[in-house]
Amino acid sequence: MTPKQKRWRNRIVVALALFFAILACEATGLIERIFGDQALYAEFVLFLVPYLIAGYDVLAEAAKKLARGHALDESFLMTVATLGAFALILFPHTEPHMAEGAAVMLFYQVGELFQSYAVGKSRKSIAAMMDIAPEFANIMEGDELVQVDPSNVKPGQQIVVQPGERIPLDGVVVSGDSQVDTAALTGESAPRHAEPGEEVISGCINLTGALTVRVTKPYADSTVARILDLVENASEKKARTESFITRFARVYTPVVVGLAAALAVLPPLAIGLATGALASSALWADWILRGLTFLVVSCPCALVISVPLSFFGGIGGASRLGILVKGSNYLEALAKADTVVFDKTGTLTVGTFSVTAIHGEGATTEEELLRIAAHAEAFSTHPIATSVREAYAGPIDRACIREVEEVGGHGIKAIVDEHEVLVGNDKLMGAHDVDCKECQLVGTIIHVAVDGVYAGHIVIADMVKPAARQAIADLHRAGVRRTVMLTGDRADVAKAVASDLAIDELHAELLPADKVGCVEAMMRDRGEDARGKLAFVGDGINDAPVLMRADIGIAMGALGSDAAIEAADVVLMDDDPTSIARAMGVARKTMAIVWQNIVFALGVKFAVLVLAAFGIANMWMAVFADVGVAVIAILNAMRAMHVRRR
Amino acid sequence: MKKTYKLQDLDCANCAAKMEDAIGRLDGVSSARVNFMTQKLTIEAEPSNLDSVLDEAQRICSGIEPDCVIVR
Repeated sequence: MTPKQKRWRNRIVVALALFFAILACEATGLIERIFGDQALYAEFVLFLVPYLIAGYDVLAEAAKKLARGHALDESFLMTVATLGAFALILFPHTEPHMAEGAAVMLFYQVGELFQSYAVGKSRKSIAAMMDIAPEFANIMEGDELVQVDPSNVKPGQQIVVQPGERIPLDGVVVSGDSQVDTAALTGESAPRHAEPGEEVISGCINLTGALTVRVTKPYADSTVARILDLVENASEKKARTESFITRFARVYTPVVVGLAAALAVLPPLAIGLATGALASSALWADWILRGLTFLVVSCPCALVISVPLSFFGGIGGASRLGILVKGSNYLEALAKADTVVFDKTGTLTVGTFSVTAIHGEGATTEEELLRIAAHAEAFSTHPIATSVREAYAGPIDRACIREVEEVGGHGIKAIVDEHEVLVGNDKLMGAHDVDCKECQLVGTIIHVAVDGVYAGHIVIADMVKPAARQAIADLHRAGVRRTVMLTGDRADVAKAVASDLAIDELHAELLPADKVGCVEAMMRDRGEDARGKLAFVGDGINDAPVLMRADIGIAMGALGSDAAIEAADVVLMDDDPTSIARAMGVARKTMAIVWQNIVFALGVKFAVLVLAAFGIANMWMAVFADVGVAVIAILNAMRAMHVRRR
Repeated sequence: MKKTYKLQDLDCANCAAKMEDAIGRLDGVSSARVNFMTQKLTIEAEPSNLDSVLDEAQRICSGIEPDCVIVR
């Protein structure tokens, strides 16, 4: 508790003790014995004491707000309701309501205190969960290690990370050998190995040996700073449920207050005129009390606090699993996802291709074919090019390569050793009228032609991730109706993967630009009013347009990839495809909690309003419907951040 | 220009929503966000009158929640 909350608590304890003492005196008839005829007025004064001790600040705030014109404020309404209960003494020969007035103020304060405590606590535990910010970085000054603020370290500087310390900045290991725990970022419990030349990422914990790291990014651009920024700002992108609650809250209070006023005046007026008992104080006291009871239930606090708190908790909980959700709206959409579209490479497959076969045509030897292809692909960043270069062991002579031209979705055209070389798929060959041979092997076939003559082909295959099958099964179990795989690969390769993984639908041989069209078509086909959302899962490389176009763009294996973090709505830090179903699980749970709170809070409030209108509910019930419900809703909301770790 | 400020002693979520609404309607403010969870105010306004906007925003905050202070 903060000092402010402690003082608040002490005041409430004193007031509560006094209140129950007075209540006991009243019940045992002690007050009546001492004060005789004046007992009612004595009670009035006595109950006023705990009332003021507990609620003087509420009264003061109410006065201040009234002066500023914020009449429909919670403290003001509470003041009117409780003072009103006391003021009913003005109607002689009716049931006194001082005890209720004092009790309402007391329990209102107990609830408010608890609310403030619970919100503070959950805010803190979410902050603690995201406590991945490094406090210092060690740099060498002369022979000594000095601790400095990570934000003062510049790229290019070397830092030392001792075992047990958090890696403060992104960088490359210069020396040392160690295991690194990435759990705080990825939720993955198996440590990674770090050795010289390897990249390490800030926020991870160095486990076994000291590492010297050359910093590659300033702190503000480091992974840890970006993640913290992202999660903190995520709650600013409001979910539709959240905006609805905000709008609802804005009309709820005025409506209930209006009803309260009407209830206090109109029925007694009507009944009074009809029965001729217009001057009956009992009649007026009864209806005014019902109106005051309305005022107590007029704050939408339970909803206004618990709904954003649930989203905040859900986003925080997901981040602990290595799932970054960039806004409450995306969490909401993810819960409704019924179509999941995968870009095969890098999500369902490992994404690193390796050469599995080389078939030279005519006089071209395997080595020669590989040498030509590796040279033509020397400057390409495409994964296929990388694997061709990896397979080619010899040196690449860049001086003999000219006029390299990448044809998207087709391949590469270049001049190598003064020969025009084509390296790519059958479409490329077709476009240049080269006859190419079919290959029986499954995989991506890269044809090579030299000066317009077919020289042979290289077979490259990608490996399916071990967890991919499980991931698809998990999604189907989670209620996803349609899983789709998009790929630029040949249809037979894609078909083999899709049937192996039990994917429902397949679109193969797509150019990068086709993927956007494909996703757009799927979103159009399901109609405008479809409730289900479409999620697209990509590896963040070359698929930013699709990530942005889909209802929910999910980037995988994004640890350290800025482009993916930028373009996606949901970022999976590791490359485990089963995280998608896990993310959906968190989203569903959060939405369930949100709706439980909305239904529960509105249900109780509405019930108490109706009962109060008929004179059945009293102020005690009303104060429960206000702060009691708020406290329960907050406790429920806090469940959202508890997620099961792997 | 977008700037973020910490809000001290922001205790009530409903108040946060009211502040957001009122600050967003100030002249020269193109958007305002009050984040109850992170206790932060994000304002998008013309840099030239940011100071006066913040004064106004502080007045609004104090009006809605007397203890609440925008840390500049």
